[in-house]
Amino acid sequence: MSSSPHKDSWNTRFGVILAVTGSAVGLGNFLRFPGQAVQNGGGLFMVPYLIAFLIVGIPLAWSEWALGRYGGQLGKNSAPGIFRVLLRRKSGSYVGMLGTVMPVLIYTYYVLLEGLCLYYAWHYLSGRIPALGNDTGEVTAFALNTLGYFENGHLFTPEGSELLLFVGFCFLLNFALIYRGLSRGIEKFCLYAMPLLVICAFLVLGRVLTLPPNPDTPDQNLINGLGFMWNPVQEEGGSIFQTLSSPKVWVAATGQIFFSLSVGFGLILTYSSYLKKDDDVALSSLTSVAGNGFCEVVLGGMIAIPAAFIFLGPVFLSDPGNTGTFSLGFMTLPNVFNQMPAGGFFGFLFFFLLFLAAVTSSLSMLQPAIALLEEGLGITRKPSVAILGFVTFTGAFFVAFFSKGTNALDTIDFWMANFFIFIFATVQTLIFGWWIGKDKGYEALSAGAEVRVPKGIMHVIRYVSPTFLLIIFFFWCRDELPKEIHRMTNVAPGEPPVALISVGFIFMVIAFFAFVIARANRRWQEPEQETTS
Amino acid sequence: MTVAGWIVFISAVTGMTGLLLWCIQKVVKTPNAEEHLHSPVDIDTHDQEQK
Repeated sequence: MSSSPHKDSWNTRFGVILAVTGSAVGLGNFLRFPGQAVQNGGGLFMVPYLIAFLIVGIPLAWSEWALGRYGGQLGKNSAPGIFRVLLRRKSGSYVGMLGTVMPVLIYTYYVLLEGLCLYYAWHYLSGRIPALGNDTGEVTAFALNTLGYFENGHLFTPEGSELLLFVGFCFLLNFALIYRGLSRGIEKFCLYAMPLLVICAFLVLGRVLTLPPNPDTPDQNLINGLGFMWNPVQEEGGSIFQTLSSPKVWVAATGQIFFSLSVGFGLILTYSSYLKKDDDVALSSLTSVAGNGFCEVVLGGMIAIPAAFIFLGPVFLSDPGNTGTFSLGFMTLPNVFNQMPAGGFFGFLFFFLLFLAAVTSSLSMLQPAIALLEEGLGITRKPSVAILGFVTFTGAFFVAFFSKGTNALDTIDFWMANFFIFIFATVQTLIFGWWIGKDKGYEALSAGAEVRVPKGIMHVIRYVSPTFLLIIFFFWCRDELPKEIHRMTNVAPGEPPVALISVGFIFMVIAFFAFVIARANRRWQEPEQETTS
Repeated sequence: MTVAGWIVFISAVTGMTGLLLWCIQKVVKTPNAEEHLHSPVDIDTHDQEQK
């Protein structure tokens, strides 16, 4: 790897630590984790979370980093290319297709949420959100109206279109940065964004930890707020064991690990393919995982819920409808900031840090497809960015237009960030553990490693992780698939079948990338034939 | 906050902080860490435009 501007600029180990730890942080750390914990046993949630962290999170992160670098040594950078050379057959490229399709489709709605974070940050500064006060109905209506929750096409009407300005800005920002190239674009941005994000998070945490008890109800204080988040809570009338044996809790914990560590998407696969053979992957990925865990458990676990507890109380937070990722972030927390001393400033800081975290995540979602278009079609960055810009713009337009009930967003999220992620993560683990094998896999992981990689990790990757993933996937399918299919097929009279159209859109994107891969296979075949002859 | 809550809270916070601090001291003690350790944001993707 060439010396990069990032390292030239920081030129210190501190810069490396900040970049590695900050890279994994996203919306899931600050919004999804606390909501999931409160809905799934509070402190008890940490048991499956910790187990999933150890037997899925770390092994998967290690295998994805090692698999990517291994594929990179064989001359490929995109997931389809890497899987083709690893499996030594054309069909392998189609196995890797998900590693390109998933990030692109997730980007189509993620950019909308990114724009929403910036919109909130801006309106905390402009004073519009603080002016809503502590009226729960007003704050909720503002959030849902902003997102066009009540009517399809609302975001394209004069009164609803303001959000689109922010989404458009985020879209242009992402593509401007990706167009400049990673080393000149993303890196320069992250050079300032990462430390800023961490500073914002600590400032907001400092504010929450110094909040006085609610004057009307002194029981709503910081310690009890922490207790609401961290006290182990068993199901009503049940024991701790019953709560822990509930598949729902394990599925939630494993899903959280996937989301926050960004493993199983194919992102890391592409990035690590650019590494040199003697570059470290073991300590880099472990530091990233640890930094992510710190931001999630320490910062995420001490900000949102304790603050909301002080101002809104336990009854409000006990309703799962108030602690989902979207509701916690855009309905519950604005209500909290609006009641907090200097809440306008801290509200701005919080949403600005979410915006920074979202940008650094969304940028990385574009690179896997850029890599495929470049190496598969043999085109340069400009046309690759133009093609990907068109595909993602179409997707983002689709999600923004069909905004009623966040139907399109939920459908794409369900299939990409829940269903296919399990499949792709399991396939990656199996290929690394069984196809590459125990000895070669260990060699691939420990080459250039700056920490001693335990030998037993290959047993975990070969047996424990895939078994655990398959069991969780089975329970998840059993519980969630029927509900989703029911949601998709039950359309209210007079309403368009948005969920089904969304699935059609997913297939269109898959078909597009299958076409690109077919073209790429022809291109890749020629040098292979020359080598054989 | 219950005693069990404190135990979970302190264990989780010290566990995650400890793991991060252990990684940081490894990075600090690694010779030429800047050259060997990487995050996605600082990986040069060898853009074709730059060739």
